Amino acid sequence: MNTKPMPSAQAQIVRDSVLKAENLSKQVSSPEGSLTIVHGVSLDIAAGESVAVVGASGAGKSTLLALLAGLDLPTTGRVLLEGTDLTQLDEDGRARLRAQRVGFVFQAFHLLPALTALENVMLPLELAGRRDARSAAFETLQRVGLKDRTGHYPRQLSGGEQQRVALARGFVTRPAVLFADEPTGNLDTATGRRVGELLFELNANSHTTLVLVTHDRELAARCARIVTMEAGRVV
Amino acid sequence: MSVLRAVTLALRMLAREWRSGELGVLMLALTVAVSALTGVGFLVSRISTAVAMQASEVLAADIRLGSPQPIAEQYFVEAARHGLRTARNTALLSVVFNGDTSQLTNLHAVSDGYPLRGQLLVADEPFAKGSLARGIPARGEVWPDSKLLAALGGRLGTTLSIGAATFRVSHVLISRPDQGGTFADLTPTLLMNAADLPATQLIQPGSRVSYGALFAGRRDRIEPFETWLRSHKKRGERLRDIAEASPQIKNAVDRAGRFLSLASLVSVLLCAIAVAMSARRYVFRHLDSVALLKTLGATRAFTLSVTLLQLLVIALLAAITGSAIGYLAQEWLVRTLRGLLTSAELPPASLMPVGIGFMTAIAVLGGFALPPLLQLSRVPAIRVLRRDVGPPPLLMLLAFGPAVAVVVILIYWVVLDWKLFFGFTVGLAGFIAALTLAGFLLVALAGKLRGSVGVAWRYGVANLSRRRTESVVQIVAFGTGIMVLLLLSIIRGDLNSDWRHTLPANLPNYFFINIPPGERDHFVGFLNEHGARTTRVLPMIRGRLTGINGRSVDDLRFGGDRGDNFATREQNLTWTSELGADNRIVAGSWWTRADFGKPLASLATEFQESLGVKLGDRLSFDIAGETFDVRVASIRKVKWDSFQPNFFIVFAPGVLEDTAGSYMTSAYFNATDAHALAQLARTFPSVSIFDIDDLLAQVRSVLDKAVLAVQSVFVFTLFAGLTVLLAAVQSSRDERRYESAMLRTLGASRNTVLQGVLAEFTTLGLLSGLLAAAGASIAAYFMTTRVLELHYTFELWVWGVGLAGGTLLVAGSGWLATRSVVNQPPLITLRAG
Repeated sequence: MNTKPMPSAQAQIVRDSVLKAENLSKQVSSPEGSLTIVHGVSLDIAAGESVAVVGASGAGKSTLLALLAGLDLPTTGRVLLEGTDLTQLDEDGRARLRAQRVGFVFQAFHLLPALTALENVMLPLELAGRRDARSAAFETLQRVGLKDRTGHYPRQLSGGEQQRVALARGFVTRPAVLFADEPTGNLDTATGRRVGELLFELNANSHTTLVLVTHDRELAARCARIVTMEAGRVV
Repeated sequence: MSVLRAVTLALRMLAREWRSGELGVLMLALTVAVSALTGVGFLVSRISTAVAMQASEVLAADIRLGSPQPIAEQYFVEAARHGLRTARNTALLSVVFNGDTSQLTNLHAVSDGYPLRGQLLVADEPFAKGSLARGIPARGEVWPDSKLLAALGGRLGTTLSIGAATFRVSHVLISRPDQGGTFADLTPTLLMNAADLPATQLIQPGSRVSYGALFAGRRDRIEPFETWLRSHKKRGERLRDIAEASPQIKNAVDRAGRFLSLASLVSVLLCAIAVAMSARRYVFRHLDSVALLKTLGATRAFTLSVTLLQLLVIALLAAITGSAIGYLAQEWLVRTLRGLLTSAELPPASLMPVGIGFMTAIAVLGGFALPPLLQLSRVPAIRVLRRDVGPPPLLMLLAFGPAVAVVVILIYWVVLDWKLFFGFTVGLAGFIAALTLAGFLLVALAGKLRGSVGVAWRYGVANLSRRRTESVVQIVAFGTGIMVLLLLSIIRGDLNSDWRHTLPANLPNYFFINIPPGERDHFVGFLNEHGARTTRVLPMIRGRLTGINGRSVDDLRFGGDRGDNFATREQNLTWTSELGADNRIVAGSWWTRADFGKPLASLATEFQESLGVKLGDRLSFDIAGETFDVRVASIRKVKWDSFQPNFFIVFAPGVLEDTAGSYMTSAYFNATDAHALAQLARTFPSVSIFDIDDLLAQVRSVLDKAVLAVQSVFVFTLFAGLTVLLAAVQSSRDERRYESAMLRTLGASRNTVLQGVLAEFTTLGLLSGLLAAAGASIAAYFMTTRVLELHYTFELWVWGVGLAGGTLLVAGSGWLATRSVVNQPPLITLRAG
């Protein structure tokens, strides 16, 4: 396992383990036969920790992220999110857990085109049954600098603005863990850098655990720990 | 709480998608389909009411009860209780005198309110053009018909003696609605007030009197009353309704009804295709959204509720909009084409079609949109990271089961006729199977042709091959759409031309009965001299059916008024060597010269079915006291609406020649030639003149309405078909947008991409058109010959129109729908992913 030392400031807020992967494997069938995408991965991520998962294309980073977030189930092994074994939950059970405890930021933003920036940010709050959805969403949009764009639809926003809305959506529920899949991958360098800064700033303020899949070395370097993957294994 | 959240989210997303035009295709498809269906429904409802009203005129009522005994007051009380209007018409034969001149006359003593349906036309001199009468003859007055007044040598003001009373002629009766479509009532007629009947003292014990009770009212009131009457009427009382009032009207109504059912069925089918395609696209476009909702914590039930709610709202909106458009469209059509109608205005439309529109929208969405929607809720959340992951494939039974069930139920619901249902369903299933097979063959062929064509064509044809399933679905959709349109055109053409052939402008409008054999040639000569166009002249002999296969008809039961009537009444018999063009043998064979003189008979299907006799059965007739035994040699289907002399029972030549009888014929007389007719009545006093001008006008009016309905249905169906095409083209639009961007990025010019798209749609259209023309021709053959019972003629234009129309329509629609895709700068598409 390739890790780097934790900055002392972050070390202070590390509490118990929040996300734990035990001997995770994922096999899929392909025309060439069975293919192992993730192979015996074990990880223990502490609350408030930031972890970057890096590696070449096809190394299994996104699959690992999907398994950790409960978007997909491992072939073997198990994932514990705040002590709950995700592999023991059905699809709806995992969805309910995500609604309460997990946030996401994607490379392709994945905003609902039918909803405004504010409505997009309100969505996870509403799904979690929060009554203060509107005010909380508005406040978070304000924190990402988009208080004047709340009524805009995604297509009326630039790539950087869309990703900022996505960040607001990811953090608005104050999740225990935020998963970010190449959050700057679709942005130019300057915008990517600004979005990266915002991501870490929000993360620090929210005391959220961050699991970040990225090709961006600069972004990865800002994480407390870097996990490198190669051919489905953590090296 | 979660339901409220689902509703809020569903409505919010729906509103936004509505604004962005995302729902356009689905809404359009459903709206056009519903408007087509309700439009047809409104029109059919109005026209069938009009047709029924028109047909009722033949009875002068909606239902008529006839009896040789006075009709019990109880029936009138019950009718009043049902809110119906009533009238009496008492008929009896008597001699009417004008001084010394006398004439046997059929007296009709009618009560106030007569006729309940239709009109009485009167004039001031015999055979003149009639005008609408006000009420019935006043007390002390009578209205003799033209023939009677001419025969008696009277005129307006003449005093006629009837039994013990005398009456003043105040009008000449030109026509009454219930003068009959049969020849039972051949003697001259006189109309009088029922209140005057006792004064004549004509009704004595033993008198042969025919008592008639007439009932009319709203259809929803008539039906329960008719049911009541059927169960309470006594033996010997005969009930007649529209269905058996007149074979001519019944034929026309049957045909119109069948065709309209068929046409609305086509709209149902197109509706289903369009919705299926649009729903498929809807699901495809919502895969990412649903995956995202699940990632953010939405459960499967929640995502399903959101999509179901959206679909429900769409169905309601489409049903409301569609019904409104349907109503306006038929209203516009009725107003625009009012000139086509010969009678008064159509009755107002009922609201029933709105309900049908809603039910259909929900049913079609349920059958065609629900399976893919259920599928949508099963899309895994991982799709947010891996776009190649879709929902698990649907079981065949779940994917097509509800759709097939809905189509089958809708088809039966619309036609309510097992024969038509099976014919259409089997034909449709066969056609779709053939198209599917041909589609797969084309796709396989396309792969082989790719090497030998230019880059644009290679791209286009390769697309067909690559999107194999989609291509086949589109071929089936296009093919079915084009086929039903072609089929409708063929059948519409056949119906129209058949009706026009059936009812040319100079159709016989007078029948002449009781022409003595000795005066036959003189009579025909008279007609020719006066420029009347005559038809065949047939002998007419009166006889009574006495036995079937050696058993007396008195001992047999026939299960139905009509059978009893056929068995007991006096029949008109004829003999002829030639089968008329308006007769078709459906069983057995027509006699040859070798059969002349043999005791053979040919029966019309109505007579044969009512009595339940079959080929080879022996029928015994009493003709002027002599018994004739004949064997049933053939069964004929008679087109009664040809207005040529026709008989239920025809004997072979050489059997009846020696019996006493007369001749009958029909002829066309110009309406203005009243003088010639009056002269004819005087020259041949024994000849009965039967004016069928009014009956013809009624039939023409009914047919005109039917043609109007057919044409408007065709317009609706055309729109529905075009929407299906649009929906089909739209379904592949997203994929094309991306491909076009890729090709253009790789250096293909806009024209090359466009040519490729055109090549693909042209090939698709060509094949669909070819198969549609073949399918339509085969289906039309069966429809025209088996269902509508018309003559089928092979139409070459179907193939030309099928191929050219299919190609132009599909290529044109494809071009229109994909134009913006090709025109969109590649960068925008590629950035958007």
